[in-house]
Amino acid sequence: MTAGAKAFSQLRLQGVSRRFGGHDALRDLDLTIEAGEFVALLGPSGCGKSTALNCLAGLLPLTAGSIWQDERRIDTLPPERRGFGMVFQNYALFPHMSVRANIAFGLRMRRLPKDEIRRRTDEAVRLVRLEDHAGKLPGQLSGGQQQRVAIARAVVLEPSLVLMDEPLSNLDAKLRLEMRTEIRRLHQSLGLTTVYVTHDQEEALSLADRLVVLREGRVQQIGAPEELHTRPANWHVADFMGYRNLWTMRVREAADGTVAVERDGLRLVGVPVGPVAPGDEVIVAVRPEDVRVDQGDATTNAVPAEIEVVEYQGRELAAEAVTAAGSRVHLRTDRRVAPGDPVTLSIDPQRLLVFPGDAAATRPADKAAAVVEEPGLVG
Amino acid sequence: MSVTTPTPAVESAGPPAPARAHWQHRLAERGVDRHLWLLTPALLFVVLLFLYPFFYGLGLSFQPTEGGPFSDYARFFGDAYQRDTIWTTLGLALPAALLNVVASVPIAYRMRGRFRGKRLVTILLVVPITLGTVLTAQGLLNFLGPTGWFNRVLTALHLTDEPIRLVHNYWGVFFSLVITGFPFAFLLVLSYLSGIDPTLERAAATLGAGWWQRFRMITLPLLMPGLATTFCLTFVLAFSVFPSAVLVGNPAGETRVISIAAYQAAYEQYDYPYASAIAMIMGLIELVVIAVVLFARTRFYTGSTGGKG
Repeated sequence: MTAGAKAFSQLRLQGVSRRFGGHDALRDLDLTIEAGEFVALLGPSGCGKSTALNCLAGLLPLTAGSIWQDERRIDTLPPERRGFGMVFQNYALFPHMSVRANIAFGLRMRRLPKDEIRRRTDEAVRLVRLEDHAGKLPGQLSGGQQQRVAIARAVVLEPSLVLMDEPLSNLDAKLRLEMRTEIRRLHQSLGLTTVYVTHDQEEALSLADRLVVLREGRVQQIGAPEELHTRPANWHVADFMGYRNLWTMRVREAADGTVAVERDGLRLVGVPVGPVAPGDEVIVAVRPEDVRVDQGDATTNAVPAEIEVVEYQGRELAAEAVTAAGSRVHLRTDRRVAPGDPVTLSIDPQRLLVFPGDAAATRPADKAAAVVEEPGLVG
Repeated sequence: MSVTTPTPAVESAGPPAPARAHWQHRLAERGVDRHLWLLTPALLFVVLLFLYPFFYGLGLSFQPTEGGPFSDYARFFGDAYQRDTIWTTLGLALPAALLNVVASVPIAYRMRGRFRGKRLVTILLVVPITLGTVLTAQGLLNFLGPTGWFNRVLTALHLTDEPIRLVHNYWGVFFSLVITGFPFAFLLVLSYLSGIDPTLERAAATLGAGWWQRFRMITLPLLMPGLATTFCLTFVLAFSVFPSAVLVGNPAGETRVISIAAYQAAYEQYDYPYASAIAMIMGLIELVVIAVVLFARTRFYTGSTGGKG
């Protein structure tokens, strides 16, 4: 193989686009990945994240744009000549080959000497702790073990880039946490450049150095986990990053740094994200954990409400409250509230983000703003 | 039923033995319930239309008109003219079945994805199933016969001086077997192929395997059990060839297949016991071939292949 596991210092995606029929699955993806980086592509299903990954792997031809590995253009190479490792959502283990043969497959394709194949396979089997299962067929393994085989099979080649397509989505919750740590551990010990596709924001935040949030085939925001978590670029990203409270309200006044909004007699003060002017329809986003319950002296953003639903979640309770005007508020609290309790909710104005609605420009340079949205689909 | 005996009543002080389930529940555990009655019509058909005639023929084959119970079998194997029908039939059925299976694989492999006109191509490939053997033979006679299109084209192109003989001999029957057997093989292979998860080949590609390696190391091994089954079915179809051996073959000579021998015994000599013996030999040979192929099949991976099939 000419491509081999040759490392690179930079992988550049320039205007990568993919159309299916008349539908843009991915449009103008520009992304530079540095060697050793862990990048997560994040978004709801159908946002184009898997399309992007398949384009990178070479399993799907681009309709426009190019991919560069340093100065070498690679988007025209077939998958077998790119030398990238890929972990598939359903693992795609070869069912007729033992764990060991699955892991050795890529090494055999590279026509390496027999003893090197044996040595590296042994090493990979040890790395994913499957020594006792190396002779078994994939069908005899549990989901987590199959997942580990799939990862070992991809990383044994020491590929210049590892692509992972929702590798944890078929596992149960406990195993998912374990494998997440495992993947992070592997990345840290091997330093493999990784592109990871997921729809789970928690997974992406905990694993990645950098996140790319996609929606309807377009990039919404690229940034470090903390950046996305605290400063989402628009309300779609906020929605995806755990801002469960999204209310459509109207701007009363906008001074620099603060903005006052209102709906049905409810008045709140928050921080504008993007251009907002009095009279604009805006989307107000608040995380459930930023809603405080009965914190005595709060005067700004204090809202009387009644607890309606309570979910026990260990140390905390997740609850849903209804304000007098009928707005629903998701909140998390360590107080033992019960359904029917009257409470006073308060929100720190610094934690209340005010985003321009979709009718106004989300970001002046953003082409995405041309698309008409249905805020009713927020969920 | 091997039911463990309940604990002896001696230890009356101990905890009471768990109450035994109702007998209907215990039978249901073993799959015996009222739904079994639904099998009755099928069983009736099998008994009346298959088992009874089979054992009747088997019994008949041991009651020859003269000699001991095995004398008809001895007669068949002792007579070279009769015995050779086995090789004649195998010589037709084995290559035809093999060709059908082997030719189906690349076509089915190419056709498993979705593409424009797939339905049309499938219909064209499958239409010969709907034609009877007689119609196929008629077409072959017209097309491949001495004055048929095929020979006329060859002559017009000066590729040959006299017509090539392709009917009323081995090749006529062989073509007929391929035309009628291929659609079966193709449909079976196509369904086995779509049962293989296409992601497996994509995974192999990302691991550096080219198309031939992907086919040889991933798809083919997973397809082999299906190919073995397909081979058995098309072989059985081809082995019992009769009409085309008469119509487009040379039933007195090189295509005197075993079913012709049985037919002649039954309806020309009216020797039913002898005809039954030949039919039994025919079935036995089929069973041997199938057993060999199915034994070879066990050497391959036969578990789940992850696809939708």
